Amino acid sequence: MKDKRLIYGILSGVAAVLLHLLLTVYAVDFETQTGIFALLCLSLILMEGHADYFRLGHTVGYGIFIALLITSPLFLNRYWVDVLNNVGLYALLGLSLNIILGNAGLFNMGHAAFYAVGSYTAAIVNTQYGIPVLWLIPAAGLTAGLFAAVVARPIIHLRGDYLLIVTIGFVEIIRIALVNNVFGITGGANGIFGIARPELFGHKIHRPHEFFYLIWFFVAVTAVLFYRLEQSRFGRALNFLREDEVAAQGSGIDTAHYKLMAFVLGATWAGMAGVLYSAKMTIISPESFSFWESVLVFLIVILGGSGSIPGAILGAFLIVGLPEIFRGFANARMLVFGAAMMLMMIFRTQGILPSRARRFQTD
Amino acid sequence: MEQFFQQLTNGLAVGGIYALIALGYTMVYGVMKLINFAHGDLFTLGAYLGLTLLTSMALTDRIGAFSGVLILAMMVMALTGLVGIILERAAYRPLRESPRLSAVVSALGASIFLQNTVMLIYGAKFHFYPQDILPKMAIPLFGMPVPLMRIIILLTSLVMMAALYLFIQKTQVGTAIRAAAIDQGAARLMGIDVDKVIMLVFLIGPALGGAAGLMVGLYYGHINFTMGWIYGMKAFTAAILGGIGNIPGAMVGGLVLGVIEALGAAYISIAWKDAIAFCVLILILMIRPTGLLGERVAEKV
Repeated sequence: MKDKRLIYGILSGVAAVLLHLLLTVYAVDFETQTGIFALLCLSLILMEGHADYFRLGHTVGYGIFIALLITSPLFLNRYWVDVLNNVGLYALLGLSLNIILGNAGLFNMGHAAFYAVGSYTAAIVNTQYGIPVLWLIPAAGLTAGLFAAVVARPIIHLRGDYLLIVTIGFVEIIRIALVNNVFGITGGANGIFGIARPELFGHKIHRPHEFFYLIWFFVAVTAVLFYRLEQSRFGRALNFLREDEVAAQGSGIDTAHYKLMAFVLGATWAGMAGVLYSAKMTIISPESFSFWESVLVFLIVILGGSGSIPGAILGAFLIVGLPEIFRGFANARMLVFGAAMMLMMIFRTQGILPSRARRFQTD
Repeated sequence: MEQFFQQLTNGLAVGGIYALIALGYTMVYGVMKLINFAHGDLFTLGAYLGLTLLTSMALTDRIGAFSGVLILAMMVMALTGLVGIILERAAYRPLRESPRLSAVVSALGASIFLQNTVMLIYGAKFHFYPQDILPKMAIPLFGMPVPLMRIIILLTSLVMMAALYLFIQKTQVGTAIRAAAIDQGAARLMGIDVDKVIMLVFLIGPALGGAAGLMVGLYYGHINFTMGWIYGMKAFTAAILGGIGNIPGAMVGGLVLGVIEALGAAYISIAWKDAIAFCVLILILMIRPTGLLGERVAEKV
């Protein structure tokens, strides 16, 4: 049954791409097409139920989505591909925060701090020593992880809102430190420029279309790895911890250890996403890592569906994509955005794609 | 010594403003266990409403500077209080029974909404309060001149805080608020209308915040639609510093934070001013997570 579903998924993906091509040839308005396909995928994925055809619907929905995403640089202009690149970066950040906020249930609103550490590590080492950016991904990730381990150790026992406010404090302190050119290596308010373009197999990556595949490759790898992680002993321990900390402790889970590990893992991933950001922008400044970035990533996780991997990716599409679509409202778009957040929480509290509890097949 | 004294009075004035905003956070948190992220923007709204009323009605010209400002403050407080009640109805009441996180997100949404409403109405530039409303003079205190404005701000905030404290401690309504903060279910069983209590909290908190907004406008002379964020964060820090949910705690926390910040900016580095407040916060939470005046409560299992 599972193999069959996969085949249907791939087939519907191919069919969607062909349809897309056909519609483009017949000059159907591009925005309308994107809207229709997005609605189609979303409605298929959102359909809930245990029956087989619902699951088939999910597979077909994901199939169409993935196929259209992979082929989208062929249809889109530079601007929209760049928007998709941003979506990809935010999806990476959302997935990494999802470990901390969604799985472990730790209110971390300072994720931009780890992103900044990774990004600045890559930028400084690259501009000072000329080491290629992509080689720095593990090093920057480790730096961010180490940083998280040091700062999170004393505050990890704080609960709920206290943790939220302390992490907000951290991200502000980091930003101010960057602006004040701490250690004389962060370039102050102007930031760092002249970061080398990444190179892959001797090919210099600089067009948005090339970055698209680089970034989304990372998103795909991350999604698969984190999916495996969720199913593992570690992931289950985190979920238990989120649901009932006292009970988890009573069952012999070392809560402090697992919380810290979740923090470090999420931070490491955010640091690696930061490297991609540096490589893409070639210029970074403290303003890119303000508190507002943390809020956006937080919203990505919550709006998409806390603890859900597809949710985090969808959240990135909504948070980065919607303001682009609302461009018609000009100045009022953030107003609409704020109102949408309130309405969303009132009418679909658990997020758009909530994480489904693990189901065990009994037949 | 002169500089120390000036910074001290400056810190106390700013601390009084922080304390007034912090009271709104701490009261809402006490009753609803919710960080009202939109509170900082209600403060901004207060500052802008104050400016509009000040320039459009010319009260200070008609009935004298001090009584004019007093009436103005009352109007601003009434209006921001009203907006606070509407906010609670629209954004928080439907989420009373939902998980904490949804309410936090709704609060963030409300904050973005309010901030952009202010921006759309008034524009994104800085706005300036007229400079000649209150007489610019310095009053000698311990042989050192202190600007009148500082003294007025500190005194007004102290009076407001004292009034609030008496209201909460001595009146029946105040007792109902305290009861609802301790246990909403039990309060309901005792015949307390918790919905009314929450409405009242959302009237008093934003009203005090609005008054603080007016004070900032009069003290610094310039306001901007984004200023609610940083003041809100500082005030929330102050609330945590004193122990969140604790009304005298918010007052003490606000004043302490204001003084630490002013002295830190003067003696350590002005560039790190905003970081100082957050460092203090982190240290306090590491050493004494329930704040200065907070009681340590055993975890309920």
